[in-house]
Amino acid sequence: MITQFLLKGADRRITIMLAVLLALAVLVPASNLLLSPENPLHVPTYAMSLFGKYLCYALLALALDLVWGYCGILSLGHGAFFALGGYAMGMYLMRQIGPRGVYGDPILPDFMVFLNWKELPWFWHGFDMFWFAMLMVLLVPGLLAFVFGWFAFRSRVNGVYLSIITQAMTYALLLAFFRNDMGFGGNNGLTDFKDILGFSVQADGTRAALFAATAFFLALCLLIASAIVSSKFGKVLVGVRDAESRVRFLGYRVEHVKLFTFVVSAMMAGIAGALFVPQVGIINPGEFAPGNSIEVVIWTAVGGRGTLIGPIIGAVAVAFGKSMFTSAFPEVWLFALGGLFVAVTLFLPKGIVGTISGYVSARKAIKASKDAEAGVDVDKPIQPAE
Amino acid sequence: MSEARPRSLLYLDNVSVSFDGFKALNALSLVIEPGELRAIIGPNGAGKTTMMDIITGKTRPDEGEVFFEDTVDLTKKDEADIARLGIGRKFQKPTVFESHTVWDNLELALNRKRGVFSTLFYRLTAEDKARIEEILSTVRLSHRRDELAGSLSHGQKQWLEIGMLLAQEPKLLLVDEPVAGMTDAETVETAILLKEIAKTRSVVVVEHDMGFIRDLGVKVTCLAEGSVLAEGSIDYVSNDPKVIENYLGR
Repeated sequence: MITQFLLKGADRRITIMLAVLLALAVLVPASNLLLSPENPLHVPTYAMSLFGKYLCYALLALALDLVWGYCGILSLGHGAFFALGGYAMGMYLMRQIGPRGVYGDPILPDFMVFLNWKELPWFWHGFDMFWFAMLMVLLVPGLLAFVFGWFAFRSRVNGVYLSIITQAMTYALLLAFFRNDMGFGGNNGLTDFKDILGFSVQADGTRAALFAATAFFLALCLLIASAIVSSKFGKVLVGVRDAESRVRFLGYRVEHVKLFTFVVSAMMAGIAGALFVPQVGIINPGEFAPGNSIEVVIWTAVGGRGTLIGPIIGAVAVAFGKSMFTSAFPEVWLFALGGLFVAVTLFLPKGIVGTISGYVSARKAIKASKDAEAGVDVDKPIQPAE
Repeated sequence: MSEARPRSLLYLDNVSVSFDGFKALNALSLVIEPGELRAIIGPNGAGKTTMMDIITGKTRPDEGEVFFEDTVDLTKKDEADIARLGIGRKFQKPTVFESHTVWDNLELALNRKRGVFSTLFYRLTAEDKARIEEILSTVRLSHRRDELAGSLSHGQKQWLEIGMLLAQEPKLLLVDEPVAGMTDAETVETAILLKEIAKTRSVVVVEHDMGFIRDLGVKVTCLAEGSVLAEGSIDYVSNDPKVIENYLGR
């Protein structure tokens, strides 16, 4: 039943994107590991890790699209869920360092020894186990989203007010995680990772596996998201976005609809964060910065909100552009990003994917009306309106 | 709850509500019987829409009682609960899901389980399909089923919204200005449709169009300044000096 549910949502565009992602998951690691560096098709490790990072961003943008594009909740704090997932993974990686840290303490991570802590804080227990850490990757962002959403949606906080409090949420977490006594390494965050599941995080093989895992999880989340939006629940979601009071007067509990979507989306963002951290080798409070969350909104808008594949394309394209741009003209990047957002809002309000599919369906409509005029293929006789 | 009161579908007693000191409803009392079609008229600001807001749980009254089927206290419920009890509402401005097709609009409105997981795993059954087909033909939108609701004309949107209310299978339908912006022919058709609907359920229609109300030929309640001014047949109400002074004469 679950597979049927998942596959039902995959239309042609989604299927193509899934195929691309799964092909990337196999081909890129294979080319990195199997081909010699002289081969023109060889993908160097740094490029693979960089692209893996973009795919994490793409997953984060996909998560945002689910709540913003379909449910109309403009979250300006999705970076917080991403960072929390990242911290959960980071805590696991810290515990894996064991006695190999600078201070050589078998249990305590270096920053705790440095702060002169004598024992592990309670919330660090269990993170030495991979399954527990992975559970937390889902549960911590999910729980935060649940509690936050429970209060916000019940009180019918909407529109710009909701956006502002999501922004405040991520900012509050930023300030909290900066503090040393929070127990998450203060402004240095968590870094110096050694192993993941017993494999060195620096090794090419591990990096290839992480890339493959990222592409795989992005494909999986895309499949889940497309199943959600194409179900009747997805139609309710769009209803909430377009005419919330109508949904309510039809007898749906709008707050439950929003809460479910928000929690699922936060968990996806958490997975993205967890895959991001071992590939970049660090997680620090900077990931909570409000600017990051706003960047996610820009990726989604550029790619086309409410399309699922648009945000994936937008995130990869803009993040790639950022890497190029910041190495060439580092000072002007923020202006370029702002300009991009203004340009997209003015000229491509549906984003790249939305504009292309709008163009394609307009062409089809024109062709259909020409055919109808020529008397070809009039499939349904149109009854005169009463 | 009084003992002598006859069995009613909707019972409002002494309902008052004020917004920032303005009394939108002032000791309003109204009884709708099962199967009744009732028209409500009154000048702007008479409290017609506020009354609907109170019945559907959008607004809470400051005082007074609102009972559905004699036993259910509507002032304790929210919109979704009240909709599930069987009270459907059509807004003044046609409110349909513009980016969904006509068919999807009706599918969403169908009176089925509305929880998160029931909708997530919902599959269209033959029975539901037949029901949607039936409603489509009732509201004369069969030929436009696959079109986006946003592309319908104003009158068709009004009809689609009425169709959505039918799909909800309500016991009581509240219809706010159904013929605003309709052509004369559409207005006549709408009156026929509403009379048809009222055969199986109660309908309350708020309307300004006196010709339309005459077409309906039902009991009329005239509201003014938040309470009932007159109640009776259209001829009785329209000859009432208070009604003429407050509403018709203006």
